[in-house]
Amino acid sequence: MEIDLKKVDVIVDQYGCNRDSLISILQDIQAGYHYLPEEVIRQVARRLDLPLIQVYGVATFFKAFSLKPRGKHLVHVCLGTACHVRGAPAVLDEVKRQLGVETGDTTKDMKFTLETVNCLGACALGPIVVVDGNYQGKMRPGKVKGVFKQYRGAIEGKQA
Amino acid sequence: MNKLRSAAGLEQLRNRIMSQRDPERTCVVTSVGTCGLARGAAGVAQAIATELNKDGLKGTVDFRTTGCHGFCDIEPVVVIYPKRIVYCHVTTADVPQIISETVAKGKVIKRLLYTNPATGRKIVREQNIPFYGKQYRLLTDSIRFVDPHNIEDYIALGGYTALCKVLFDMHPEEVLDEISKSGLRGRGGAGFPTFRKWEAARNAPSCDGVRYIICNADEGDPGAYMDRSLLEGNPHSVIEGMIIGARTIGSHHGYVYVRNEYPLAVDNLGIALEQARQYGFLGKDILGSGFDFDVKISRGGGAFICGESTALMASLEGRIGEPRPKHIHTALKGLYDRPTNLNNVETWANVPLIINRGANWYSKIGTEGSKGTKIFSLVGKVNNTGLVEVPMGITLKEMVYDIGGGIPDGRKLKAIQTGGPSGGCIPESLIDLPVDFDKLTEAGSMMGSGGMIVMDEDNCMVDMARYFVKFLTEESCGKCVPCREGLDRMLDILTDITEGRGKPEDIELLEELGDVIKEASLCGLGGTAPNPVLSTIRYFHTF
Repeated sequence: MEIDLKKVDVIVDQYGCNRDSLISILQDIQAGYHYLPEEVIRQVARRLDLPLIQVYGVATFFKAFSLKPRGKHLVHVCLGTACHVRGAPAVLDEVKRQLGVETGDTTKDMKFTLETVNCLGACALGPIVVVDGNYQGKMRPGKVKGVFKQYRGAIEGKQA
Repeated sequence: MNKLRSAAGLEQLRNRIMSQRDPERTCVVTSVGTCGLARGAAGVAQAIATELNKDGLKGTVDFRTTGCHGFCDIEPVVVIYPKRIVYCHVTTADVPQIISETVAKGKVIKRLLYTNPATGRKIVREQNIPFYGKQYRLLTDSIRFVDPHNIEDYIALGGYTALCKVLFDMHPEEVLDEISKSGLRGRGGAGFPTFRKWEAARNAPSCDGVRYIICNADEGDPGAYMDRSLLEGNPHSVIEGMIIGARTIGSHHGYVYVRNEYPLAVDNLGIALEQARQYGFLGKDILGSGFDFDVKISRGGGAFICGESTALMASLEGRIGEPRPKHIHTALKGLYDRPTNLNNVETWANVPLIINRGANWYSKIGTEGSKGTKIFSLVGKVNNTGLVEVPMGITLKEMVYDIGGGIPDGRKLKAIQTGGPSGGCIPESLIDLPVDFDKLTEAGSMMGSGGMIVMDEDNCMVDMARYFVKFLTEESCGKCVPCREGLDRMLDILTDITEGRGKPEDIELLEELGDVIKEASLCGLGGTAPNPVLSTIRYFHTF
C-alpha cells in the first residue's frame, strides 16, 4: 500500500497537533493501513514535535497498534474471563487451524490476521469472534469454519 | 436548536418535548447495543423502520432504538409500548408479523415471547420476567427510554435538571456535602469515598488554577461491561455527572478515557457530547451561568494497566501508560501535574440522581458501608446472562439463582469470581454472602468494576488462577521487578501444576511469592495481582 503522508497530516490537523491526542491520531492512521508504517511514525513525531522514541514507545506499548503489516480482514478472538470459562481456548485453536496461522500472524495471502483480545464487553454472548468489527456470539469450534467461509466466499466472489 | 440560556429555558424545552409526546401512543423499541448487534439487531431495526414506513401505520407509531436493556441473553429484543410486550431473539423474518399483528392489532405473538425456564410459562410483559424481579435499576432503567442519539429523550426524563440545580441553586460546598452524605463510593473497584476525592481536588493548589476532570471508561476487567453499556445507552447521564463534578471542583477541562475495544460507546458518546454543546450544556457560559466546561474523548490503546489512574494520565499525555508511585495523589498532582479528579463511568452516572433526589433518599439504599446500587455483569455458567443492577447487600445466592436463574443443565455451582484479575474466587459455601465493598474484601476478593463470573463443577480452579496470572503477566507494564518477574514465576508454577508437574511445596511458594508481589509492587495492578491465586488456595486447597 502506498503511504500518503498528506493523509497523515490531515488526521494530525484534525486533532489540532495536540500531543494529548497521540494515541487517537495513531489509531485513526492505523484504521486506514491496518498497521503503522515507519514513515507514518516519523511523520507523526515531526508534526507533533515529539521525540521519535516517544511515538515508537507508544506504538509498541499499546496492544492496539501493530508495526507489522496486517491482513485485509482482522480476526479477533475474545479471551475474556466469561469467554474463557465457556470454552474460548478451544474456539481459538479451531480458528488457528482454519486459518493456518498462530496468534498475531497473518495468512500468506494477506487475507486474514489473527489476534486475541482480553474482553470485548459482550460477555453474555461469549465466546465471541469478531471479523472486521462484526461480532459473532456464542461460538463453538464447530461454527468457526462457517464464519470464514462467508468471508472467503465474499473475497473470491469479488475477485472473480 | 438555539443554545439554552437559563434554567427556565430548559424547563420550557422539556415542556415542549413532553407536549409533543403521547405516552399512550404505540412505540416500538429495539435495542441496538453491542450485545444486540452481535445477534443481528441492526437488521431487525432496519426492517422495523422499513415496515413502519410502508404500512398504513406511517406517522402513527413511534420507533426508538436504544442501548442494551440488560438481559443480553435474549437479544435482539423488541418491546412494544405502552403495554411493554416484549419479544426476544427476534430476527428480520419476524418483523412483518410483529408489525401487522402486534403493532397494528394489539395481538400477542406467542412464539416470540420469553419462556420462564422454571415454570415453562410464556411471559408477555417485560417487567414480569424474573431476571428483572429483584433488580433495582436506578441507572440502567432509563436506557429503555433513551435513544442515545437524541438528547431530547434524556431531557424528557428530567435530564440536566440536576445540573441546573447545581449551577443556580447550590454552592459547590453544598454539592460536596450532598455527595458526602449520600455515601457514594467509587464504582471503579476500590470503593474510595467520592466526596473525599472531589474535596481534595477542589482544595489542592494549582499553579495556574487549572484542574482536570476525567471519566475512566477504560474498563479493562475481562468479564465486566457495565461502563460500556452506560456509555452506549445513556451517555448524557455520565456527561451531566461530569459537569456537576467540574463545577464543584472548579474544573473547565474534562476527558473521557474510553477503551478502543468499545467502538459503539465512542460513537454514541461523541454524538452526545456534540448535542450537549449545541444545547448549551457544554462549552462557554453553560446555561447562561457563566461557568465554562468542555469534554474531550480520548481513546485508550488497549492496555489493562491504563485503568490505573497514574498510568491512565500518562497515556492521556501521549506517553506510554506506565504508573508512577502515588506518594502524591493524583487529586493533588495528576494530569500535567495539575489537581485531577478521576472517577469511573458508573460513579459519574450516580451523581445527577443524588442531586435530583437527595442524599437522604440515596443513603437509604444499600448497606451500612456501601450505599446505592451496583451494576454487575452476571456471566459465565449461569442461565440468564446480562447486566444486573441491584441494591448493595443482596446475596450471591439471590444473584445467581433468583436473577441468574441458576446453573445450566442442572450442574453444581463451584465458585463465583468477582473483581476481575484483582479479585478472587468465592466458593459455593459462601453463597449467602451479602455483596458490598467490605464483605467482598473480607472474603479475600473485591468488588472491582462488577464482573461476576459464575463457574460450575466443570471449571478447573487452578486453570482459572492460571488464566488470571497469564492475563496479568501479559498486561504488566514491566516497570517494577516484583510484578514483572514475580508474576512470570507464578505463571510457571501454575502451568506446571495444570500440566501435571506440580510439587507439594508449590503451594507454599505461591503463597510466599504472592505476599511479596502484593507488598512490593509499584501500583495497584501488582498490588492485587496475586488475589486470584491466594483466594483459590484459601478456599480450594483441599479439593
